[in-house]
Amino acid sequence: MIAAFDEMRRADGGVRPTYSEFARWLTDVGSDALNYRRHEAELLFRRIGITFAVYGEADAQERVIPFDVVPRIISAAEWRLLEEGLSQRVKSLNLFLCDVYGAREILRAGVVPHDLIFRNPAFRPEMMGQQAPHDIYIHVVGIDIVRVDADTFYVLEDNARTPSGVSYMLENREIMMRLFPELFARYRIAPVENYPDELLATLKSVAPVSAAHEPTVVLLTPGVHNSAYYEHSFLADKLGVELVEGRDLFVKDEVVYMRSTQGPRQVDVVYRRIDDDFLDPLTFRPDSGLGVPGLISAYQAGNVTLANAIGTGIADDKAIYSFMPAIVKFYLGEELLLKNVPTWRCRDEEHLAYVLDHLHELVVKEVHGSGGHGMLIGPAAPKATIEQFRAKLTTAPNNFIAQPTLALSTCPTCVEQDLAPRHVDLRPFVLTGRDRTRIVPGGLTRVALKESSLVVNSSQGGGTKDTWVLDE
Amino acid sequence: MLSRTADNLYWLSRYVERAEFLARILEATQRLTTLPLAYVGTSNEWESAVATAGCASAFFSVYDEANEKNVTDFLAFSAANQTSIRGCFELARSNARAVRTALTVEMWDAINGTWLELKRYGNGPNSREEFSRFLRWVQESSLRYDGSAYRTMLRNDAYWFSRLGVYVERADNTARILDVKYHLLLPEKERVGGPLDYFQWAAILRSVSALTAYHWVYRDSLKPWLVADLLILKDEMPRSLAACYEAIVRNLDAIAGVYGRQGPAQRQARGIRTRLQNSRMDGIFQRGLHEFISEFIAENNRLGSAISEQFLI
Repeated sequence: MIAAFDEMRRADGGVRPTYSEFARWLTDVGSDALNYRRHEAELLFRRIGITFAVYGEADAQERVIPFDVVPRIISAAEWRLLEEGLSQRVKSLNLFLCDVYGAREILRAGVVPHDLIFRNPAFRPEMMGQQAPHDIYIHVVGIDIVRVDADTFYVLEDNARTPSGVSYMLENREIMMRLFPELFARYRIAPVENYPDELLATLKSVAPVSAAHEPTVVLLTPGVHNSAYYEHSFLADKLGVELVEGRDLFVKDEVVYMRSTQGPRQVDVVYRRIDDDFLDPLTFRPDSGLGVPGLISAYQAGNVTLANAIGTGIADDKAIYSFMPAIVKFYLGEELLLKNVPTWRCRDEEHLAYVLDHLHELVVKEVHGSGGHGMLIGPAAPKATIEQFRAKLTTAPNNFIAQPTLALSTCPTCVEQDLAPRHVDLRPFVLTGRDRTRIVPGGLTRVALKESSLVVNSSQGGGTKDTWVLDE
Repeated sequence: MLSRTADNLYWLSRYVERAEFLARILEATQRLTTLPLAYVGTSNEWESAVATAGCASAFFSVYDEANEKNVTDFLAFSAANQTSIRGCFELARSNARAVRTALTVEMWDAINGTWLELKRYGNGPNSREEFSRFLRWVQESSLRYDGSAYRTMLRNDAYWFSRLGVYVERADNTARILDVKYHLLLPEKERVGGPLDYFQWAAILRSVSALTAYHWVYRDSLKPWLVADLLILKDEMPRSLAACYEAIVRNLDAIAGVYGRQGPAQRQARGIRTRLQNSRMDGIFQRGLHEFISEFIAENNRLGSAISEQFLI
């Protein structure tokens, strides 16, 4: 396997400019200081109650996501590159969604195959011809980026449904500022604390035209048992909006209200952290107890804005992903700035043949999977697993894509008593409002804590780091 | 504010208050039962502790005998009792978790910290020493939560609903002690109680942390009718029914003031408050202490439902 790019050290062992001050500090204070702070950080997280739940683990109802105190540092120049690429990507995704649920020009032009849209479970036929308020579909998106060498960043996937993790970006920074004031004095680090303000401005900007001057925004959560509940409550608090569950809302005459101690109060914007399927039992899954009966009718009547809009899953689908270069070209006439990982679509016979021949060196993913589940990492997999996937691929090739195993960049990470390189990715968050696009400099860096592991998902032993974007 | 949020705040406070009360009952009972029989008589204090906690039927569906081991286990830790001390803290914490946005950092820290520390006690302490440390800790945790709420919350409806929970629960707790022990609190003319009852009266006062207060208020040795007077009618005694209702009315009025609307909850609370204000101990004894208390408990419950109906659902 090729040596991975390390964020801190060059191949010759020298320290990169971004980390030079950190390295100097580390020699000054010694690694004991780092260890001590590591324990303090763990205590702080527990005390604050920043936890997540892991589905399918009965006992682990609340776990603290491991936090690593060594920051992931990004230079101003690198960030500019990322920022530009992110804007371009999100703009295209929005145009794509507008088109898919509207005029369908991209289909008529033959750029994206029909059946990839219409036979896709993430496509919402209920939304056809239904314009999203102000033509914005994806108000909040988290884009997973990995780095493979000094100049190359790849987009791993676009999370355009209800991306989570932003609370870790904010809390990680708070904790780092508490534990490492000296480091913050040595570096000029772009702040992320304005994210909630930016989010609120974004959400207010997309209120229905008919809404009052000060629109009422709420955050809709599935409830305390959801794995991201902490984040929901954290954000609602920072936004200063009500954290509501489905049962707190009701719809009357196509208008959404919340039940308050002073009687019903009209709601204009719902920042929903519930999947499409569960939003409204009258339109989608009738067995959903999480949603609000009639919500979709209120949405269709234009009396409430849902953020993100319904049906955005069609844009972050892994099969659509592979068409991103063409999609960007089609709408903007530009080349894709942030590259896709080269992807083989198994629905394509030639691609499938290649994939089946090279299973031991590829990563195979389910088109609709997430959270690192249902995934094959060829080089690390035992023979039996590879054969299992071979069988799956042959029976249902449409469900899979394959990508080369990437040498994700590494970042020094506390292990046992020492620092060692571990693989990382990065999820910046992009906000799209009626007025403009907002990107807070930073994001969530996830780290695979197991040696040489490439799976950074928190449900599978991944941790997080604070992400510093340097201000020149 | 959201009705559900108000509901969670209200119950969060109730559960914390109840946990503290259970700890006080257990502490007072433990103290009473360590005295030689000659001082306390042969009544089963553990049984009356269960009755005071209001869970006699639940208790006897699990245990045959009310003894120290069974009762402390049931009231403090048992999984069979949803509102054991442990259960109360767990319920309080899950209510808190559901409305984190409505809590201040200090309140969350207090309740979450308590919940985390609770694990240290596992399924119950191993010795009497450890158990009494546990009971102290429960009371301190409740004080800490209450103090955080008092010191850090904005004075708005969230605060008032949280206070309402405290006082509705507290009124219920005080009334239930009186309900179980009313036979010991006789009017002046019926001096049947001998010195034997002295420790019983002290235990009652202790379970509402009013033993010292008694002496300050009356400057007299313990007299049963004065104990009743203190717990029912004395405004300056923070756990008396009168003081609880003064606070309930005040908080409901604050809510009505901001919402610009009075409702059944306000009217009912004011009714109860007025009746307490107009009562004298003689009259209460004449009509029967037991009847008075049972009626109060029922009315307090009705007020709880009225608050729910008006604001919380």
